[in-house]
Amino acid sequence: MATRGFFSSRKPPTETDARIPPGQYLEQGFPVLSAGPTPRVRTKDWSFTLKHGPRPIKKWNWAEFNALPLTKMTRDIHCVTAWTKFDTAWQGVLVDDILADAGIEAPTGFLLAHGYDGYTTNVPAKDLTTGKAMVALLHDGKPITPDHGGPARLLVPHLYFWKSAKWLNGLQFTERDEPGFWELRGYHIYGDPWREQRYTSDP
Amino acid sequence: MSEAPQSPWQTAKITRIEKRTPRVTSFFFALSRPFAYRAGQHVDVRLTAPDGYQARRSYSIASAPESGATIELAIEKLDDGEVSPFFHEVAAVGDEIELRGPLGGHFVWSDSDGGPLLLVGGGSGVVPLMAMVRHRTFRKSAVPVALMFSVRVWDEVIFRDELIGLDDRRDGFDLVLTLTREATRRPSDYSRRIDTAMVMQALARLPQPPTLAYVCGSNAFVSAAAQALIDAGISAEIIRTERYGV
Ligand SMILES: Cc1cc2nc3c(=O)[nH]c(=O)nc-3n(C[C@H](O)[C@H](O)[C@H](O)COP(=O)(O)OP(=O)(O)OC[C@H]3O[C@@H](n4cnc5c(N)ncnc54)[C@H](O)[C@@H]3O)c2cc1C
Repeated sequence: MATRGFFSSRKPPTETDARIPPGQYLEQGFPVLSAGPTPRVRTKDWSFTLKHGPRPIKKWNWAEFNALPLTKMTRDIHCVTAWTKFDTAWQGVLVDDILADAGIEAPTGFLLAHGYDGYTTNVPAKDLTTGKAMVALLHDGKPITPDHGGPARLLVPHLYFWKSAKWLNGLQFTERDEPGFWELRGYHIYGDPWREQRYTSDP
Repeated sequence: MSEAPQSPWQTAKITRIEKRTPRVTSFFFALSRPFAYRAGQHVDVRLTAPDGYQARRSYSIASAPESGATIELAIEKLDDGEVSPFFHEVAAVGDEIELRGPLGGHFVWSDSDGGPLLLVGGGSGVVPLMAMVRHRTFRKSAVPVALMFSVRVWDEVIFRDELIGLDDRRDGFDLVLTLTREATRRPSDYSRRIDTAMVMQALARLPQPPTLAYVCGSNAFVSAAAQALIDAGISAEIIRTERYGV
């Protein structure tokens, strides 16, 4: 349905068009969205715990975590509030390298990411492994600011950005796909931007 | 479940347009498929150009859930924006606009959630808080509510007459206005940015400490105001935020 009188001057050129998922628009800035106040986590207090259900598998402090292999990833990101940002540059530890350091392979098909603010979000294990996702420590070569989830945030660029949990302090393997914070509040269980899986009722 | 899946998008007809402030105008939409919603929820609006290009944005619902199949959106005009200038300059009564909702299940309040409530809004961030205040009024709820509302100048106080009218009832709703670029007009108000001391004084107007706090506005506003709440002793766990992104 065309909207009477709406003519946009913002139509992106066709070569960039193909990089913008349906219903998204290109954003130059980096908007901030979160459900609560911004926690200030000092790196000396920071730790990251890998769990299987309630059982901790391994825990790293900031120095130990930074000693893991660092990988660079430059990716387009897509927020469910409809902005897409091209070529965001991150550096961090691939989830594959975290599992390798813990000496395990994914014991179940599902994970819950946990944040210092109590935030959780679920992601299938296959979407976090094989180089698809990392725990990011740097953005544009600099420590990630608290607003954007620092000291460490999850980066799962091929899913809507609420899956990229801020202020990350752990990953937990779960037996089932357990909905996290936004998934319990009306947002899609998987969140693929290319299939426009924004809300629970989307196919 | 043999029902055919329905598109989540529906058309809604603009039935009334009301200027609220020089920069904010309310648009009333008659839903073609009415939905139940909770105070604080938003809708997504989608505009389509003749070549198929679409722009979509989120807008909070300003009306109370009790007000029926017409919802009110209050949209602030950003001069260099894409969607808000369309509403201010082009949209007219009778136009049909595509929207979907209700959306968002976190920044919501019903009187059954109890209180006291501390509501903190900056500019158009007051919109979802207005839905909560109106819901409280509809339900004749006794939940104590303090609304701290920050704008630049007196003429930018969205819903001003309605809010002052509710404040005058002295029924447990307290309005704290703060003007950041102009002298205050009411003795109980302020003329500076929201800070910890102001939050403490607003808290003193509530009979008990709040059990829930809602902060909404631009990202910069929400960050600063949420920090002022935390510094005033409010636990981060009870603070819910909605950031308009920019
Ligand atoms: C949950 C939620 C609820 C909301 N509720 C409300 C509400 O109740 N009322 C309300 O008024 N708003 C609300 N918003 C904000 C709203 O969704 C829009 O962001 C706002 O109306 C601006 O949209 P726009 O298209 O006019 O501006 P945009 O085109 O998005 O631009 C926003 C600003 O960014 C800059 N900008 C972005 N892209 C470009 C570009 N390519 N070129 C130049 N400049 C650019 C401009 O400076 C402009 O001022 C809400 C947002 C969210 C997430």
